[in-house]
Amino acid sequence: MEDRKVLLEVKDLKTYFVGRHETVKAVNGVSFTLYEGDSFGLVGESGCGKSQTLRSILGLLKQPGRIVGGQILFRGKDLVRMSPKQMREIRGAQIAQIFQEPMTALNPVLPIRKQIYEAFERSGLSKAEREAKSVEMMKLVGIPEPEKRLGEYPHQFSGGMRQRAMIAIALAEHPALLLADEPTTALDVTIQDQILTLIEQLKGEMGMSLIMVTHNLGVIAQMCNRVAVMYAGRIVEMTDTVTLFSKPRHPYTKALMNSIPNGKQDQLETISGTPPNLSMEIVGCPFAPRCRYAEGACFTTLPGLREIEPGHLTRCHRLDVVEQFTGLIPAEEELHG
Amino acid sequence: MSNINLKARMERRAKDSSTRIPDWARRPTFIVASVIVVVFFLISLFPGLFAHGDPLEVNVAQALQGPSRAHFFGTDDYGRDIYTRVIYGARIDLEMGLLGVIVPFAIGTTLGLLAGYYGGLLDNVVMRIIDVLMAFPFTILVIVIMAILGPGIQNVFIALWLVGWMSYTRLVRGEVLRLKDVEFIQAARVEGFTDRRILLRHMLPNVISSSIVYGASDIVMTMLTGASMSFLGLGVQIPSPEWGAILNEGRAFISYAWWITFFPGLFLAVCGVGFSLLGDCLTDILRRKGR
Repeated sequence: MEDRKVLLEVKDLKTYFVGRHETVKAVNGVSFTLYEGDSFGLVGESGCGKSQTLRSILGLLKQPGRIVGGQILFRGKDLVRMSPKQMREIRGAQIAQIFQEPMTALNPVLPIRKQIYEAFERSGLSKAEREAKSVEMMKLVGIPEPEKRLGEYPHQFSGGMRQRAMIAIALAEHPALLLADEPTTALDVTIQDQILTLIEQLKGEMGMSLIMVTHNLGVIAQMCNRVAVMYAGRIVEMTDTVTLFSKPRHPYTKALMNSIPNGKQDQLETISGTPPNLSMEIVGCPFAPRCRYAEGACFTTLPGLREIEPGHLTRCHRLDVVEQFTGLIPAEEELHG
Repeated sequence: MSNINLKARMERRAKDSSTRIPDWARRPTFIVASVIVVVFFLISLFPGLFAHGDPLEVNVAQALQGPSRAHFFGTDDYGRDIYTRVIYGARIDLEMGLLGVIVPFAIGTTLGLLAGYYGGLLDNVVMRIIDVLMAFPFTILVIVIMAILGPGIQNVFIALWLVGWMSYTRLVRGEVLRLKDVEFIQAARVEGFTDRRILLRHMLPNVISSSIVYGASDIVMTMLTGASMSFLGLGVQIPSPEWGAILNEGRAFISYAWWITFFPGLFLAVCGVGFSLLGDCLTDILRRKGR
């Protein structure tokens, strides 16, 4: 596993939103490594910092967001220290992103053709070549009658078709890394599955790596081979997908697992309380106020991210206690759903 | 019942789209408005076709005559034919309305795009200037600028330009701020496009329709402001035939020669209604297209 090439290495990334009165620590020391061909998942509740981690990678933070520390090494080069011009050359060409909302991800006033053509702008292709490539991309993402549909406007496309068109645009330049920010959340379930299958298939065909941000554990199970669970701007547990689903160790991960219906519970478990306010100074483990195992040290010191088995990292003071009270563990078939 | 309705509606819709009557042609307002506007354009382009006399010709023997076959709209205190003057005045007033809008439209839209997109210092400076200037009523500002620059038609334009851009900037900036977070703009940035490309190709076409809609109704307001300046003696100078100026000249005689003020006023009103209705239709059409 270790002899594979590292594509992206995020080291101790800190992204803060520095306001006049308060500082929101949206991403607070996140580190992970993505190998070529990997699919990496970032899961967590809304506001846990997963989307901001993606935005940091692309350098597209909204004001007043700023990367205040850490490194993002893409093929050995630090993206944090790149000039806007260098960054522009990386975006699209080497790292592409697809978005959550297919309704707004395409420019409503331009036909699809123009929007795909734009992606080939830098390659200096002739018009005929662009047309051929556009048709090819449309076919690749499974849009029927591509020649005809290229001339249409986004409002003539259905949600799923728009998502496909967006993927076609994103992948037009054959990027090495695809960032997917909740790409299926806005679609209905059957289309979700189609789009996920498409992404997976294209990833294989084009030899891309993938970072998938979602709050849907089912998507992670289907798409990713390695997962990080984020809470309050930090990674609380990181391991391969099978382990995460079969042997979750962190109380937060366990609670998440128990809140998915698996047909065996009488009642779904909920996690009481809400995530902490990231603009406040958090003392101790950020999950402690909602954690049923929390006591003593949990409220005073932040647990470090420890490697408890090879490749399995977790951030908890009381793993031994948590183990004794193992809650419901999802059945085997859940893992490959 | 509802099924039948639905079916009938679907059939009607199918028929509508098959006969391909353009949407605008089915609106009576649009037709009325365009007729008015076109007529006024024709008058201002070819005044000679509509009136044969000379708008400046003085004939004291014919002074202050009421409307008649020889003088449709009567004559003023110098015996000038009001009809001819009103016809020739159309060019000046339309010019004020159009030129007084096009320049602020261009400047305001550009500034709004830049301020909204880049934010920061530029945005702050531009918006604070607007905040300060907007605190004064539009007309007062124009009068103040005119007072500083002195009377004359060029100065009317300068005053209108100095003041008019602000509304466009505000409008466009707001739209740009909204769009900045919309995902296709984010996507364009992810694609690694230059700011220039994002602004011109992706932002501008999406924000320009609101600018155009505002511009259409702004023509009326600008024309009226221009006419008011002339009415106040600050704009077009006597004896040029401009509606506001003619109104001003007729003011002294309003109790016994109503026609001097009535007809230029009527033209101003009809012309204003025409542009205003056109603006409304444009709003509808552009809004619908945007969906």
